[in-house]
Amino acid sequence: MTFAPTRRTLLGGAALLVASPALLRAQTRTLNLYSSRHYDTDEALYSDFTKQTGITINRVEAGEDPLLARMQSEGANSPADVLITVDAGRIEKAQSLGLLQPFASEALASRIPANLRDPDGNWFGFSTRARVFLVARDKVAEGAIGSYEDLADPKWKGKVLIRSSTNVYNQSLTGSVLAAHGPEKTEAWARGVVANLARPPRGGDSDQIRAAAAGEGDIAVSNTYYFARLVVSSKPEDREVAAKLRVVFPNQADRGTHVNISAAGIARHAKNIDAAKAFLEYLATPSAQRYFAFGNNEYPVVAGVEPPPHVAAWGTFKVDPLNARVFARNNAEALKIMDRAGWK
Amino acid sequence: MTDAFLPAPITARMRPAHSAGRRALLAGATAVAVLVSVPILAVAASVLQRGDGALSHLVQTVLGEIILNTLGLMVMVGAGTAIIGVGTAWLVTLCRFPGSRQLEWMLLLPLAMPAYIIGYAYTDALAFAGPVQSGLRALFGWGRADYWFPDIHNLPGVSLMLTLVLYPYVYILARAAFLDQSTCVLEAARTLGANPWAACLRVGLPMARPAIAAGVALALMEALADFGTVQYFGVTTFTTTIYRTWFGLGDRVAASQLATGLLAFVLVLVVMEFLARRGRRFGGGGRRHRMLAPLQLSAPKAAAAAVACALPVLLGFVLPVIALIRLHGDGGDPFFSERFLTFARNSFLLAGAAALIVVTAATLVAYAGRLAPGAATTAALRVASIGYAVPGTVIAVGILAALGAADHGLDAWTRATFGQGTGLLLSGTAVALLYAYLVRFLAVATGPVESGLHKIPGSLDAAARTLGANAGKVAVAIHAPMLRRSLLTAALLVFVDVLKELPATIIVRPFNFDTLAIRVYNLAADERLAQASTGALVIVAIGIVPVILLTRMIARDTRRGGRPD
Repeated sequence: MTFAPTRRTLLGGAALLVASPALLRAQTRTLNLYSSRHYDTDEALYSDFTKQTGITINRVEAGEDPLLARMQSEGANSPADVLITVDAGRIEKAQSLGLLQPFASEALASRIPANLRDPDGNWFGFSTRARVFLVARDKVAEGAIGSYEDLADPKWKGKVLIRSSTNVYNQSLTGSVLAAHGPEKTEAWARGVVANLARPPRGGDSDQIRAAAAGEGDIAVSNTYYFARLVVSSKPEDREVAAKLRVVFPNQADRGTHVNISAAGIARHAKNIDAAKAFLEYLATPSAQRYFAFGNNEYPVVAGVEPPPHVAAWGTFKVDPLNARVFARNNAEALKIMDRAGWK
Repeated sequence: MTDAFLPAPITARMRPAHSAGRRALLAGATAVAVLVSVPILAVAASVLQRGDGALSHLVQTVLGEIILNTLGLMVMVGAGTAIIGVGTAWLVTLCRFPGSRQLEWMLLLPLAMPAYIIGYAYTDALAFAGPVQSGLRALFGWGRADYWFPDIHNLPGVSLMLTLVLYPYVYILARAAFLDQSTCVLEAARTLGANPWAACLRVGLPMARPAIAAGVALALMEALADFGTVQYFGVTTFTTTIYRTWFGLGDRVAASQLATGLLAFVLVLVVMEFLARRGRRFGGGGRRHRMLAPLQLSAPKAAAAAVACALPVLLGFVLPVIALIRLHGDGGDPFFSERFLTFARNSFLLAGAAALIVVTAATLVAYAGRLAPGAATTAALRVASIGYAVPGTVIAVGILAALGAADHGLDAWTRATFGQGTGLLLSGTAVALLYAYLVRFLAVATGPVESGLHKIPGSLDAAARTLGANAGKVAVAIHAPMLRRSLLTAALLVFVDVLKELPATIIVRPFNFDTLAIRVYNLAADERLAQASTGALVIVAIGIVPVILLTRMIARDTRRGGRPD
């Protein structure tokens, strides 16, 4: 069996390219991708790109944090061309660690809304997911809960289901609350949420949804795509779980619902710059956006591309326009606040 | 005149070779110790830097809790694995009861079950929304407030999960020790009036103590290093806190300080293991190796023994497998195809290569301890154990730093010398992965190899050398057959551990290279347990193969009456 191509082979190939421009067309072009996405439907996304451009994608998929550590250690010789993360907090951290480089692209600037990309062009959001409430239909009246701040209301004592503060989605959510209310009020809010927990935080978003459907609590906090997956599941039990719950988009009366992004940027030491640029611009094409939407039930970022019908059926909602960079930079402080509040 | 001069030249020739051999062994052991400690030191080095103040934050918020949780985990897993491991090993080795032969190998089966998988399986089955509780509520018409059901998502729960998958370390080493015990010592005890139970308690157990201590130390090191299970169960430990401090707070310095604190717990285990052996050479005793006649238990005791031995297998393997099969029936992995076979092949090859490398290094270190004893060798032996309890994430980051520095140094040197850099030669390669496994799992192999060597009397070495054999011949002709079980035990343990390994593999692996464990973890992390079950079942199935092979080897040796005389 063969592992990754040796560096010598790659260097030899590079030398050939430099020495013989005429051979340029004959060489297979590659893109080295570090990605923290782990969705099977991305296979189709990558295959489509290769089909359109002839560029082969080499992948390392891992959690964001290990990928950043790896890029840091690899330094100037890092083979990474593009970094993809599933959270704004981590792509912004990559930028603050100096791991990315700016890409001035008219196509991306015109297609991707300003709040979903880095103002300096270091990274771009390509899909979003909203952090919503899934409430038990038979226990929570329409309009009874409407905001993240309501999660701390004592009337929901023993009713709230949410995962651990170790989870980066919750760190980003708390980061957005911090941006809206400042540290003192946010810590009070976090303490209130903890006081209202139906059980100590555990498991993932899907576990919260199932627990709410089973009656362990009344309000589950989850990213939209987990719920969408249950709605369209091939298993009757999953569809039954979904049928018992109703989607609430928080904060429609004020700043809007917190959305997080899958984002990508070009690596600081990318060797295949042209391929990296092509890949990022591909991600904003309608066909790629449809893969995000229909493959993993995410919201597309490009106007004119619709989410799948079962997601669109929940209705439109006001999005918190806070730039992802802001709540991303708040993550460390948010984590400390959650620690002080006893949010495990 | 001629005869008078003959002995002198022979003696003179032997002495330099002997000394040179010892120096080579010591150098080899030192090299292994240095290799193992470099990634850990790379992480610990940043302890000396000033941090962002995260440590004071942790002291005020979670440090007390993580210390208590970590201590609690050690106590519960240590006690649990010792009780189950030693108890079942004694019963199946020294007693005969219905099913005892089958249980001999079945008790190893949980070794093939990663802790995070058993955690997922029990969570799925026992959760409020799971089939057990939902079934009970439907059957009795209960609502949430109408009944109590034990919650496993807490410290005792995660300790139980870890105990169920880690007791085989104690079982396998204790059983090997019981098998190897000299018959005449136990028979002498009986002759002096001890009944079989007293003979075990007063003679058998103390003689097996080095092996038991090694097994418990390994189990605890594994428990300390666990991340996926404790995190999923919502228990805050050093490992989970290191992870979130490093990555969530972005404070590498505070994370290193926590890792150093974790090493303090590790050193307790290393010292515990060391003291258990100090001053005792259990290789003594007679050379009669006839197996002690197994105790035939009376019917009630036989039934109790069968249940006691079957229960760990049921809870640690059978029920989780049933849960996984149920989940697989719900969906299974859509990639169950050629790509999936690639995952399986990657896992198998990595595990095999790692087992070979790690057992070789462990044998080198253990032999240095035997033939070149001294402070330097003792230090090398202890350092070899440290990596096992360091979280894979920390080891991997340390390796990234160490190999990154090596690659950059070489690149800069060749660039300056030849005008052309070498780029990354080691980072992101299989070499880096195998290096990570060496650091992480050397202790797994060192334990059984050392225990095996301890059981070989020094007098045998001395006798062989008197007859003219050099150290090499002693190792090849005499020790190898006697060590076979220990070496195979070591290889088995490393193989299965690498098969299950997650964090280091995720961080260090090459492009387009995934293992079954990564596939399972990715799916589980994305909350697709049904799909993750396919890979989990395959990991378990592959893990069974070495268990069966080792069991056959042990059985064959046992029937021949153990070690050759």
